[in-house]
Amino acid sequence: MDAINLTESIDWKFIEHVKEESGQDPALCYQCGNCTAGCPYSHYFDYPVSQVMRLLQAGQKDTILNSKAIWLCATCETCTTRCPCEIDVAHIMDVLRIIARRENRVSEKDIKLFYDSFLDSVKKFGRIYEVGTLLSYNLRSGHLFADSDLGPKVLAHNKIHFLPKKIKGSDKVAKIFDRFQETLKKHG
Amino acid sequence: MAKKRYAYFQGCSLEGTAVEYDKSMRVVFDALGVDYVEPEDWSCCGSTPAHTVDHVFAAALAARNLSIIENMGLDVVTTNCPSCLMAFKKAQYSMENDGTFKEKVNELLDEKYNCGVYAKSSLQVLYEDVGLEAIKNRVTHIIHDMKAAPYYGCIMNRPPKIAQFDDPENPTSMDRIISALGIEVCDFAFKLECCGAAFGVPKRKMVNELSKKVIAMAVDAGANCIIVACPLCQQNLDLRQEQINQTTGSNFNIPVIYFTQLMGLAFGYTPKELGLDKLIVSADHFARSRITKQEYLEREKAKEQEKKAKKEVKKQETGEEENP
Repeated sequence: MDAINLTESIDWKFIEHVKEESGQDPALCYQCGNCTAGCPYSHYFDYPVSQVMRLLQAGQKDTILNSKAIWLCATCETCTTRCPCEIDVAHIMDVLRIIARRENRVSEKDIKLFYDSFLDSVKKFGRIYEVGTLLSYNLRSGHLFADSDLGPKVLAHNKIHFLPKKIKGSDKVAKIFDRFQETLKKHG
Repeated sequence: MAKKRYAYFQGCSLEGTAVEYDKSMRVVFDALGVDYVEPEDWSCCGSTPAHTVDHVFAAALAARNLSIIENMGLDVVTTNCPSCLMAFKKAQYSMENDGTFKEKVNELLDEKYNCGVYAKSSLQVLYEDVGLEAIKNRVTHIIHDMKAAPYYGCIMNRPPKIAQFDDPENPTSMDRIISALGIEVCDFAFKLECCGAAFGVPKRKMVNELSKKVIAMAVDAGANCIIVACPLCQQNLDLRQEQINQTTGSNFNIPVIYFTQLMGLAFGYTPKELGLDKLIVSADHFARSRITKQEYLEREKAKEQEKKAKKEVKKQETGEEENP
């Protein structure tokens, strides 16, 4: 990590915002490193989870929201389970990712695209239509042949449906999406 | 007392790539007399993607289902999928403990949810409500040549505050169920290590590498089979096993079986009835090598007698040496 001038760069509002939205107090973290030691993704993170916690204590909004770590976290809950201060670290990571999404800062575009393709299927059909989700991701991400090697395997074992199954109440599920969008607009 | 009736939430992946988990679950529930009913017109729980968007939104997608179940007059939903389980448990926890959160969720729903439904994994229902004794008594066949690595995945019992089941670092419920089936369980250190979860499509290499560690640890523990309880773990370890071999230069060929399929095999059901043909790495040899419980007991008895006889011979021999 680079040297940071704290006098100039602490974003106090950001710290308060994360505290309020997560219901957690990042100040409790004393940097024992237990979370990073257990995190299966430490090897792939640009900032290991304990450093994300430290950056949060120091109000380093830009560094955190532009990090890859918040998108690569799988919410496996190891950090939360092992934190001696009982901080719900995975929940904080989730909140940071949500804020990044809201501010349209997405350091891992493919991951967000996959989530979006997944949710589009839920909105349209009420359930996940696996083939459609994968194809939609492939088209939008430009990785046209991602996982195409798995096709023959699932086909040979008759594991997929080619046509989506729409539930009766899919309009009700779609309404959850619409109402949520409305509340976003209302509250900015 | 009337028998407990559960709402059974199968979830999206059990309609598709994990269809054998649903099939074998129903077989096992029926075999053990568990009374279950599928909620009508259920929808996706929201899973991981929803909670990366917003927590109220995610809870609403889950709570739509809980509300349907509440209106059926049921108070426990059981699901095989840990992702559905966590979506329900987290929605329930936040709504119960935070009135404002509950209000916000209900504003997104057509039918309000009053927080009257608790989620339990199917593993928990089998372990706690059905119990090991009943499971043991139902066993008809023993898979004597299996060495099983029980793989729980990361969120079946974590975080403990929400999951409220088994140990968050060293769970043993599935171990004990497998033991009750008469199958040898390996001491497996990666019971909870993450397989790479939902990143398989956008971050394939990372997932392959993480899954490789899990399989390698199972093989090192002496396992010839990995027993899973999560459809995503199963997919990452089984469907992607050839990818893993290519990405990491490994040469694995180890079956990854749902614990419900294993129970079905021990209860004498056919591989077809349990969707064993859906597995990519074949586990058929375990179905073929099953022997009846009767035969197994006889074999064990014979082994015991042989041991005793040998001991006797040795005793005589050493006895003779002592008194020439």
